[in-house]
Amino acid sequence: MENIQKKVSTKTNPFIDNPVVKAIGTQRLIAVLALLALTGFFSIASPAFRQWTTVVSIFDASYYIGFMAIGITFVIITGGIDLSIGTVLVCSSLIAGSLAVKNGVPVAACLAVGILIGALFGLCNGLMVSIMGLPPFIATLGTMMVSKGFGSIYSKAQSVTWPQAAGDGGWFRSIFKVTIGSGAGAKIIPTGFLLLIILAVIMSVILNKTRPGRYILALGSNKEATRLSGVNIVKWETLAYIFSGSFAGLAGIAYAASYSTMLPGGGAGFELDAIAGVVIGGTSMSGGYGSIAGTLIGVFIMSVLKTGLPFIGLQPHYQQFITGFVLIAAVFADVVNRRKKN
Amino acid sequence: MGEVILTMKEIDKSFIGVHALKQVNLELKKGEVHALMGENGAGKSTLMKVLTGIYAKDSGSIIYEGKEIEFTNPREAQDVGITIVHQELNMMNHLTVAQNIFIGREMMNGKLINDRKMNKEAAKLFEKLNIDIDPDETIGNLTVGKQQMCEIAKAISRDAKIIVFDEPTAALTESEIDELFKIIRDLRAKGIGIVYISHRMDEIKVITDRVTVMRDGEYVGTLITKDCSKNDIINMMVGRVIYEDPKQKSNVPENAPVVLKVEHLNAGKMVRDVSFELKKGEILGFAGLMGAGRTETARALFGADKKDSGDIYINGQKVDIKNPMDAVNAGVGYLSEDRKRYGIVLDKTIAENTTMASLEHYMKGFFINEKEEKKIAEEYVNKLRTKTPTVDTAVINLSGGNQQKVVIAKWLVRDCDILIFDEPTRGIDVGAKNEIYQLMSELAAEGKSIIMISSELTEILRMSDRIVVMCEGRKTGELSIEEASQETIMQAATLRN
Repeated sequence: MENIQKKVSTKTNPFIDNPVVKAIGTQRLIAVLALLALTGFFSIASPAFRQWTTVVSIFDASYYIGFMAIGITFVIITGGIDLSIGTVLVCSSLIAGSLAVKNGVPVAACLAVGILIGALFGLCNGLMVSIMGLPPFIATLGTMMVSKGFGSIYSKAQSVTWPQAAGDGGWFRSIFKVTIGSGAGAKIIPTGFLLLIILAVIMSVILNKTRPGRYILALGSNKEATRLSGVNIVKWETLAYIFSGSFAGLAGIAYAASYSTMLPGGGAGFELDAIAGVVIGGTSMSGGYGSIAGTLIGVFIMSVLKTGLPFIGLQPHYQQFITGFVLIAAVFADVVNRRKKN
Repeated sequence: MGEVILTMKEIDKSFIGVHALKQVNLELKKGEVHALMGENGAGKSTLMKVLTGIYAKDSGSIIYEGKEIEFTNPREAQDVGITIVHQELNMMNHLTVAQNIFIGREMMNGKLINDRKMNKEAAKLFEKLNIDIDPDETIGNLTVGKQQMCEIAKAISRDAKIIVFDEPTAALTESEIDELFKIIRDLRAKGIGIVYISHRMDEIKVITDRVTVMRDGEYVGTLITKDCSKNDIINMMVGRVIYEDPKQKSNVPENAPVVLKVEHLNAGKMVRDVSFELKKGEILGFAGLMGAGRTETARALFGADKKDSGDIYINGQKVDIKNPMDAVNAGVGYLSEDRKRYGIVLDKTIAENTTMASLEHYMKGFFINEKEEKKIAEEYVNKLRTKTPTVDTAVINLSGGNQQKVVIAKWLVRDCDILIFDEPTRGIDVGAKNEIYQLMSELAAEGKSIIMISSELTEILRMSDRIVVMCEGRKTGELSIEEASQETIMQAATLRN
C-alpha cells in the first residue's frame, strides 16, 4: 500500500521535532535566541544599558532599516532581490524634502509624495523583472544607479534639510518620536516603533491571509506551476517590488525624521543591512518562504548590536563585524538543518 | 563483424520500488553496429548507464575484451575506451571546438594551456573522420549535427573501442543523417563496436547489423537485422503479453457534441499542423514516442508556450488562448507530465494547492476564507480518496499518486470541463495507477472531456475512446479504439514524414 506520510528519516531529532521549534522554524528560533542572548549579555555587562534611553536608541536605530526590510521581504520571497531600496530611500526623501523646504508644499503631501516615488521605482523594478524578464539583480542594480543619480540631479547635488521639530511642518517627526517635557526630565516615546509594529502586523496579514501574499509565496516556491495554474504572476510579482519601493519611500521619511539632512548620492549600502535583517530572520533567499516577524527580529539584532556595543567599550562599527558572523551563523544553521532533513 | 568485444550478462538493477533491469543480456562485436530497441521505459538507457559507469549494477557481469570489469564512475569507463554520445549534447557552448574535445585533459605548454596544439590535434582528428569543422570555432555556433560530430571526435580522441549512440538522429536533418551514417560506417570499418539506440525503424534497417530488443526491463531477444522485418521487431517490442484489458469499444455516443476543436496548430519545430477534435465525455489518447511533440501540442493549446498559428474552438466558439490564464478561464486544465516542476507547489499544503487556480472564490472580502478553503479541500480529499492525515499537510509529504490527485482536485475545483492529463501515471506505483484510471473514467462518465498523453501503450489502449498518434511534431494517425492495437499504433508512431 501507499505510504501516507513519507518518513523523511527514521531517526528523530528531539530539537527539530519539538513542536515549538517546528512552529517557529529553526532559523527564526536561533534568531530569537540570539536577540535574547545579546540583550541579556549587554544588560549584565553594562548597568548603563538597562535604561529607557537605550531602548529608545535601539528603536531609533531600527526604523528605517526595519521599514526597508519589511518591504524587501516580499521581493526576497518571490526569489528576487531589490538592490535599489537604499538609494530610492535617499532619492525619494531628497525630492519630498525639497518640495517641503524649497517649494513650500505642505509636509503631509510631501510624505505622500515620498512614498509614491518609492512605489514608482518599485513599479519600474517589478515590470523589468516580470514583463521584460531581466534578472532582478541586474534590474534593481540599474534602478539603484538611476535613483542615486536622479536624486542628485533633482537636488542639484545639494543636501536637503527637512523642517526642524520646532519649525513649521516639523510635526512629521512626532510620527516617529514624541518628546514629553523638556530638559533632564524629558520622556521620549518611540512612536515610530509602534508604527513599525503596526505595519509589520498589516504586512504579515497580507502575506499570510490574502491573495497577494498567497500568490507571492506560491510563485516564489514554484513560479512555473503557479503560472500554469492560471495565476497572473506578472501582476503579483510586480506587486512585491511595489511593496519594496513604497517601504523604501517610507523609510526615507523615517530617516529624515531621525537625521534631518539628506545627502545626495548617499544610501547605497542601506539595502544590504535590510537584506541581512531579512535573511537572519529566516526568509529563504531562494524564495517561497519567509516571515515578517522574523525580519523584525533580524533587524532588531542589528540595532541591539549597534546600540549595545559602545556600552562595553566597542565602537559601533564593530556592529557590522559581528552582524556578519551572526548572518553567516544563522544561515549556516539553516543549511545544516535542511541537509539533515534531506 | 569481428570477435566479441563486450558481453553483458544477466544484468540486474533496481531503484527504490522499480526493478529497472531484469537479467538483461547484450553482446557486442568489434566492427558491429548493434541496435538496442524498446519502448520508452524498456530499460535501454538504464542498461547503457550501467555500461558506461553512471549506474552501478546490482548483479550480473560485464566482460570487456576478455576481462570482467566494474566501473564506479563514467571516467573509468572512458579511460578503457567505452564512451557514450548523449542525445542531449553536453557542450560548453562558449568554448571552442578544440577546447571542448580536450576538456579535462588540456595540452599544456608549461603552466599555460596550448590552444594552438589542441587546434592542430583536433584538425587531425577531423581529417581522419573526414569531417569539415574548424577546431577554433565556438562550438555553440555549430549546428546540432556538427556538434554531435565533435562528440564523436572526442570519443575517437580517447581511443574509444565502444561508442554508444543514444538517439543520434533525433535532432538531425536529412543530409546530416547521411553524413552521420557515413561516419558510423567508417567507425565500423575501423573495428569499433557501436551500440545504436533509436526508435526509427527505417534507420535500424539501413545502418545496423543486429538488433537487441528489450521490454519492461527484460531482455527479449537478438536478431540479425537483414534477416528480419520491421514487424518482427515491433512484435518483439510490444510483446504478446497484455497486462491490462484494453477497452473494447468507445463509451462516447456517436452524436456527442464536440467540446474542443484544434485546427492547424503550429508551435515551433515540435508542433506542426496538428488538428483534432475532442468530444464531450471522451478520453482522447495521444500516443507516440518520446519527443513526438505531444506535450508541446498540449502546452501550446494551454497557452503555456507561444503558438505560431492555428485556431482553437471550445464548444463551437473560437477562443484566443495566449497564456494559461486564458486557458483556465476557457475551462481547460493541464496536468503536467513533470508534476513536481509544473504541477504543484511542493512545499505548500494540500488546501493551498487545491484552491490555487480558483482562490478568488474562496475569499471573505480582502481575506482568504481559510475555513471554506479547507472545507473544499477536504471535500475533494474524500471524493478523490486522497490519502493524507490532514489538508494542512505539505504535498511534498504525499506519494506520487496522491500528489496527482491534488492536481486533479485543483482543476475540478476550478470547474474545468476539458482536462489534459500528460503522462498521468508517471512515477506512480501500480495500485495508485488503477485508482487514477478509475478516477479518469468517472470524470469522463460525468461529462468531463479528457486528453490523455501517454507513452505507455497499455495505458493508451485501456483508457482511450479514440487515439491520436504523433511522430516528430505531426499527427501521423487517428484510430478508433476498435481498430487500435499496439502494432497499428507503433506503426504510426514510427512513421517518418
